[in-house]
Amino acid sequence: MHNDKEKALIFELSKPGRVGYNLPALDVPEVEVTDLLPKHLIRETPAELPEVSELQLVRHYTELSRRNHGIDNGFYPLGSCTMKYNPKINEDVARYAGFAQTHPYQPEESVQGALELMYNLQNELAEITGMDAVTLQPAAGAAGEWTGLLMIRAYHESRGEKGRTKVIVPNSAHGTNPASAAVAGLETVTIPSDDRGLVDIEALRQAVGPDTAALMLTNPNTLGLFEEDIVEMAKIVHEAGGLLYYDGANANAILGIARPGDMGFDVVHLNLHKTFTGPHGGGGPGAGPVGVKKILEPFMPAPIVGKRADGTFFWDNDRPQSIGRVKGYHGNFGILVRAYAYIRSMGPEGLLQVSQNAVLNANYMMRKLAEAYELPYDRVCKHEFVLSGVRQKKLGVRTLDIAKRLLDFGFHPPTVYFPLIVDECLMIEPTETESKETLDEFIDVMLQIARECEETPELVQEAPHTTIVKRLDEATAARKPVLRYQPE
Amino acid sequence: MKYRYLPQTDQDKREMLDTLGISRVEELFADIPEEVRFKGSLQIPEALSEPELVKYFSGLANKNANFSTHANFLGAGVYQHHIPSVVNHMLLRGEFFTAYTPYQPEISQGELQAIFEFQTMVCEMTGMEVANSSMYDGATSLAEAAMMAAGHTNKSKVVVSRSVHPEARSVLKTYAYGQGVEVVEADLKDNGTDTAALDALVDDQTAAVIVQYPNFFGQVEDLSSIEPIAHGKGALLIVSSNPLSLGVLEAPGRLGADIVVGDMQPFGIFASFGGPHCGYLATTSKLMRKMPGRIVGQTKDENGKRGFVLTLQAREQHIRREKATSNICSNQALLALAASIAMSAYGKQGVQEIAMLNLQKAHYAKQALAAKGLEIVGSAPTFNEFVVKLNKPVAEVNKKLLKKGIIGGYDLGIDYPELSGHMLLAVTELRTKAEIDDLAQELEAITRA
Repeated sequence: MHNDKEKALIFELSKPGRVGYNLPALDVPEVEVTDLLPKHLIRETPAELPEVSELQLVRHYTELSRRNHGIDNGFYPLGSCTMKYNPKINEDVARYAGFAQTHPYQPEESVQGALELMYNLQNELAEITGMDAVTLQPAAGAAGEWTGLLMIRAYHESRGEKGRTKVIVPNSAHGTNPASAAVAGLETVTIPSDDRGLVDIEALRQAVGPDTAALMLTNPNTLGLFEEDIVEMAKIVHEAGGLLYYDGANANAILGIARPGDMGFDVVHLNLHKTFTGPHGGGGPGAGPVGVKKILEPFMPAPIVGKRADGTFFWDNDRPQSIGRVKGYHGNFGILVRAYAYIRSMGPEGLLQVSQNAVLNANYMMRKLAEAYELPYDRVCKHEFVLSGVRQKKLGVRTLDIAKRLLDFGFHPPTVYFPLIVDECLMIEPTETESKETLDEFIDVMLQIARECEETPELVQEAPHTTIVKRLDEATAARKPVLRYQPE
Repeated sequence: MKYRYLPQTDQDKREMLDTLGISRVEELFADIPEEVRFKGSLQIPEALSEPELVKYFSGLANKNANFSTHANFLGAGVYQHHIPSVVNHMLLRGEFFTAYTPYQPEISQGELQAIFEFQTMVCEMTGMEVANSSMYDGATSLAEAAMMAAGHTNKSKVVVSRSVHPEARSVLKTYAYGQGVEVVEADLKDNGTDTAALDALVDDQTAAVIVQYPNFFGQVEDLSSIEPIAHGKGALLIVSSNPLSLGVLEAPGRLGADIVVGDMQPFGIFASFGGPHCGYLATTSKLMRKMPGRIVGQTKDENGKRGFVLTLQAREQHIRREKATSNICSNQALLALAASIAMSAYGKQGVQEIAMLNLQKAHYAKQALAAKGLEIVGSAPTFNEFVVKLNKPVAEVNKKLLKKGIIGGYDLGIDYPELSGHMLLAVTELRTKAEIDDLAQELEAITRA
């Protein structure tokens, strides 16, 4: 199926004089460019962009696409990333001229439909998360974390508590949590998980104090386990004067089942590109709306969308205590449109079924795979679960090898070596959009690979065997970086 | 209600529950304490079927004036340009838009190569040595560049010209609050950077000088007079640039910039009410390892075949956690792809041609407005935007223009109190002579009324 040859770069297809565009002719009198710009600011050497015909261009990108695996190609159980089906209709809707061809600075009265959509989405996300208000401005999950933490910091400072600079995170936290704390000017305190795979409550009790800004938690956590002591945890943090931050990366497990606001969280971010089907796009764009409780509303980034008594919508810029803008314009609006189309496609009952099926799929796979792989936390999981490749490691096969072997069967591997607290970790999130047949196929392949580890380990160790490139030399790539094409 | 995105039949569920030895799916949620269990049904609207969905969203979309219903003269950082048809055909290939970050390079060579090509195009446009795979948008890219400069120089002050996009300055201040960086603004002179004021503000503690080229008012700032001010005090020069303008303007990299940032939106990306767009960040080889975000590098596989991988990951949050150069994880990869496809379609010649069309048409618009007695502000060179001074509030004028089928310019008084009554107009290759003449006529009529 794949072309086995090295794929040319588009620059290598280039030939002087070839074009892939046409533009309208200049219909106004032409003026000498030297009459319009100072000589030293006129470009002397043109940018060496490729010169290709339109068909060459189409074939180039079509061929690149064939060298890429997306959800449309096959199963993609990448833990914590919620690789569910990205509905095609959402792509159509986001491209309607009334959305895609609008300017963020148009007068309010000329964009009432866009504002209405944002207003509704703000309210419906608030309802889904159990929060009081939502900003749609953050561009992605990490941006949402940073936004939420800045609001927490501003809140404490507004109360004269400048000493609250510590953010407590469990050792199972996503890497963005400590990184976001750092760029919000806060320090991270890491606390251990206990043998249940949950936050060690005693460690939390020890960690809180007058310097606590917040506890940052994803629930279910990155092991796919629900933090069942959440009420007690919230009490400990609140009594110490801190706030609770909910990392919504794992929200796909709890829609209509439990709401962060009801669990005691004060701030929530959601990854619309995970739970709400905005496509991942090969790494982005995302959208990371942040919901807050009343106490944090004054600190939200401005503007948010308001509704007047006469039913019209407006930009509410009146936030004197706002932390300021966190992104240009109104957030990743196109992703907001897609997410809203998804919410309206599912409704309350549909969203509930999403989480129920996501959790059922995960538990089913976990139970089946526990036959051949170590299950470090043998308890009901939520939307994802972790396995450990320690049994296979004893046979000389690493989790990385297992991941690479999965490529030969057309599957994207699970997240590997995360969370850091599980040795040889495989983190598997099937999502609700996969059929039982697909789950069974994947289970069969995983069991087959486990047998291969025992019988023909080299087959796994040397994988992948069928991809267009073999394992790549990442060490040299980092040591002697080649980050752009240079003509020979 | 049937849900087309949920494949498990009742029989599938029964078999799966049997495997688990339970009878109801609710049993899988027994670990959620009763007191935080959500009771009842979420108060959101009931599900819509696909035809109902189309009708509802078309209804919302149709309430918005847009570029297909109006002649648009708004710019101010977001521009209406031609998007070659091929761009969206390629973007809609599921292999691209339904993939995650290319963590498994063996099955992600397409995306990785596309990003490598994107990085190369960014370097070519800006005249810089290295570029990353994208940032959220131009505003956050500028802020990240400032934080990068502060980290690199170990200095905590940045000086930014007030001719930089107001929203980018606002985002910069939010980042600076987070990271304890002081932001000082240099004042304007005739809607350009006041170089004397800038010079007075830059000192040994300055990490970076930040300017925009062309600036927010459309003026082409003379980087050659700003560069010595920054470098004379050991500060880095950060230049925010509309990449399309670099089809005709000298590349910032050749005028001494250390970091060039901006937004690729003019290349193949919908205005989309302000996002998603595509921030870019380019710098020198020396600063390569200080860059935020994902970077793709070329390497070889076990058989010696060329391939591409995510590289220099020791800078990133999933490895370095709190010591990472930035917290960015998801970026704007799909939009970087859009920009690459558009830049490839336009190619070496097209990018120069389209930049020239913008320059010429905007110049014509200035003359056409002036001929109707409107006051064009400033004589400095501009690219595809310029400022016109009106004798009526801009919002009022725009309301009237809208009724005439025209989306008018940006109200500069919102961000610059001293420029109340000043409108920023953008004229791209898509505006015809007839539309420009029409704008001039309508503005004349409105301001004379």
